[in-house]
Amino acid sequence: MSTADKVAAKPGSGRLASFTAWIDDRFPLTALWKSQVSEYYAPKNMNFWYYFGSLALVVLVIQILSGLFLTMNYKPSSADAFGSVEYIMRDVEWGWLIRYIHSTGASAFFIVVYLHMFRALLYGSYQKPRELLWIFGMLIYFALMAEGFFGYLLPWGNMSYWGAQVIVSLFGAIPMVGDSLTEWIRGDFFISDVTLNRFFALHVVAIPFALVFLVIAHLMALHEVGSNNPDGVEIKKVKGPDGIPLDGIAFHPYYTVKDTVGLGVFLILFALVIFFAPTLGGYFLENANFDPANALQTPPHIAPVWYFTPFYAILRAVPSKPLGAALMGVAVVLFVFLPWLDRGKVKSIRYRGPLFKFFLYSFAISFLALGYLGMQPPTPAFTMASRVFAAVYFAYFLLMPWYTRIDKTKPVPTRVTYHAH
Amino acid sequence: MTEEVDTGRRHFLTVATVATGAVGAAFVAVPFLASWKPSARAKAMGAPVEVDISKLEPGAMLKIEWRGKAVYVVYRTPQMLAQLEGVTARLRDPESAESDQPAFAKNAARAIKPEYLVLVGVCTHLGCAPLDKFTPGDVTVSADWPGGFFCPCHGSKFDISGRVFKDVPAPLNLPVPPYQFVTDTRILIGAEKGNA
Amino acid sequence: MRIDRNKRQLLAFVAALALFPAVSLAAGGETHVEKANNDIHNQASLQRGAKNFVNYCMGCHTAKYVRYNRMAADIGLTEKQMTDNLLFAGDSPHSTMTNGLRADDGKQWFGVAPPDLSLIARSKGPDYVYTFMKSFYADPTRGTGVNNLALPGAAMPHVLWELQGTQEAVWEGHTDAQGNVQKQFKEFRLASPGKLNPEEYDAFVRDTVNFLEYIGEPVQARRQALGYWVVAFLVFFTLLAYALKKEYWKDVK
Repeated sequence: MSTADKVAAKPGSGRLASFTAWIDDRFPLTALWKSQVSEYYAPKNMNFWYYFGSLALVVLVIQILSGLFLTMNYKPSSADAFGSVEYIMRDVEWGWLIRYIHSTGASAFFIVVYLHMFRALLYGSYQKPRELLWIFGMLIYFALMAEGFFGYLLPWGNMSYWGAQVIVSLFGAIPMVGDSLTEWIRGDFFISDVTLNRFFALHVVAIPFALVFLVIAHLMALHEVGSNNPDGVEIKKVKGPDGIPLDGIAFHPYYTVKDTVGLGVFLILFALVIFFAPTLGGYFLENANFDPANALQTPPHIAPVWYFTPFYAILRAVPSKPLGAALMGVAVVLFVFLPWLDRGKVKSIRYRGPLFKFFLYSFAISFLALGYLGMQPPTPAFTMASRVFAAVYFAYFLLMPWYTRIDKTKPVPTRVTYHAH
Repeated sequence: MTEEVDTGRRHFLTVATVATGAVGAAFVAVPFLASWKPSARAKAMGAPVEVDISKLEPGAMLKIEWRGKAVYVVYRTPQMLAQLEGVTARLRDPESAESDQPAFAKNAARAIKPEYLVLVGVCTHLGCAPLDKFTPGDVTVSADWPGGFFCPCHGSKFDISGRVFKDVPAPLNLPVPPYQFVTDTRILIGAEKGNA
Repeated sequence: MRIDRNKRQLLAFVAALALFPAVSLAAGGETHVEKANNDIHNQASLQRGAKNFVNYCMGCHTAKYVRYNRMAADIGLTEKQMTDNLLFAGDSPHSTMTNGLRADDGKQWFGVAPPDLSLIARSKGPDYVYTFMKSFYADPTRGTGVNNLALPGAAMPHVLWELQGTQEAVWEGHTDAQGNVQKQFKEFRLASPGKLNPEEYDAFVRDTVNFLEYIGEPVQARRQALGYWVVAFLVFFTLLAYALKKEYWKDVK
């Protein structure tokens, strides 16, 4: 059948239609296409902040493909790992590109996910009925942090080694079980070949599987309740006579087409980094990691990769190691409780009062400030600053039940605000 | 909707975007697929190997590894070379027309210099390493054995030029690798003269 | 629009954050580092650097991830030129740049095995390596007779002393906040000249550092060249996708 014929074919006639019918009798292909894509209605007023969900999915696919091809040449042993990465960079045809795609993709994943999460904070996307959607998202975030942590040991560079050493030894802070736990995690008395091999298995097999299942659950939960939007208005409350929300538009073609533009812009930035600045000044690929792991010499300046530094700053801000580790854990986990900490009846920042805006902006500033501070040496001045910003960070969450309740909100419209574009 | 939908423009833009995307996807696929080609290290390890034949005794064989396979170099005596014509009737491909070999091996002697035979020691049946059985009449092969190579796995027989006998499982003569004489006493296995 | 303001503020903070790393690096508290000013696109410089590396460095150091034949092709040498000028007897063009020095021997003779230099420019930066090669000074208290300002206590002898000559470090006293007098580096003074004058020596080191930067990432020049095409294609694709989006979104009122 020629392309022209296929395009012109109406449903119910022609060979494509009968092939589709054969599939549909055995698998809900058309039903799925309609319910999830062509007849799934999303709010028409989605803005810039709504690109990052589809981009996160794209980056997941990029990481799985590039990671798969790296695994074809990488050797997960302490003797061979570092050399195998250089083998990929130099001897394997196009290996350098696959490696840079994967290292840039890792940072891109966190940039996209942090922006995606911030959208939820802006528009109250975690509020009822989307609490479970938010929880699946948080589980994805935790899995992503683990994936990044395990993956970072694999090049077996000096920063890989010492970063793993520091983070694993944090578990030693847990009272009573701490030391046995760290030995159990390492499988050895120090970060060794044994640790590397098991981190490889977790990074390549276990967590990618978990991530894929969690993403599917995340999308199913989303489709069950429908997307939120920048006005925080539930579009399903106002439907037309055909049952379609008046403020809804079909995901396909409108958001497939819009997300393609978002993808294009993302890929341009992605390519600019890969081809012109793959180390990004030492933030995406640390300089110290071009030295092989050396148990006898710590790099002069250990810091985790940039996407962990906000939490690292909180850890270091606390003078006590167990308490610091605990607070760092709490800082990550607190996000999960947002649907219940937030007592506001209004979802979107557009209609929230001044208190909410103050705390959210302060939180955002603190997160960025802590991220910066986590990369710096722990001078007294920087430590004091970390304590101040950590306090602001926790205040956003812990005071939320109070300030969201008493905040003076604006009336929320019944219909979304939209200007044609 | 007050305006007419310009389906022609939509169709054109859709096709153009999808086509460009497909081209992009093909470009992205190339590096991933190309990464399966032998790497620089594989090419280095598969590079031609030089062997010194100055110590090889007449009638003796040495083995050397090239590209993961055993290569046999045999210093053939005049008696061994004299046998080549006598066995023609018992061979499947006496002129070596069909074997895996460089052009100079399409004959009975199958070598650049007849006294030095260079073969890949991989039986053309299922890949075992044939044994050197150069003594005529060697009873471990058969009473009428003229001398040559014998594969222990399934009993394939080859003559002193590696040409396969009739009525054995192996279908082809033993392969001859590309090689050249760098000097009279050094053979470079893996590259014919003219291409490195 | 409220959203634009949120977005603008966030972007402004992200942009401001980008300035901080520059500030922090400048305030790093390390000794002065001179700029190497090398250009990895300068093939003549890379060729000289390759020769310098093979003649002066490879006695002790290896570049074990670098293959001769690929290196030759990248810096514009034919295989014959490379074999004649750079290859030690017994090495094949396919092999990597290794030497006969065993790690144990190196450790015994120098106290620490001379490190492989394939990635030195990526881990320390070309400017550091350039400064290091220029920072040896006479120090009679040390076994090698020299010390290095960029890496105090370095086990490496001044291999290039014949070219640079011998320089001395000039120290001056400096009273710190506690009232103690500390020794502070002021400048180098050339005590006896070498075969090259200072500009020539700088050029020699620059070429060698250039080669070291190249071997740190041999694909660098090619990746940048490819990048222009890739980004151009993606810009074209994005513009097309944008036109498609605008066309369909005319439907949305």
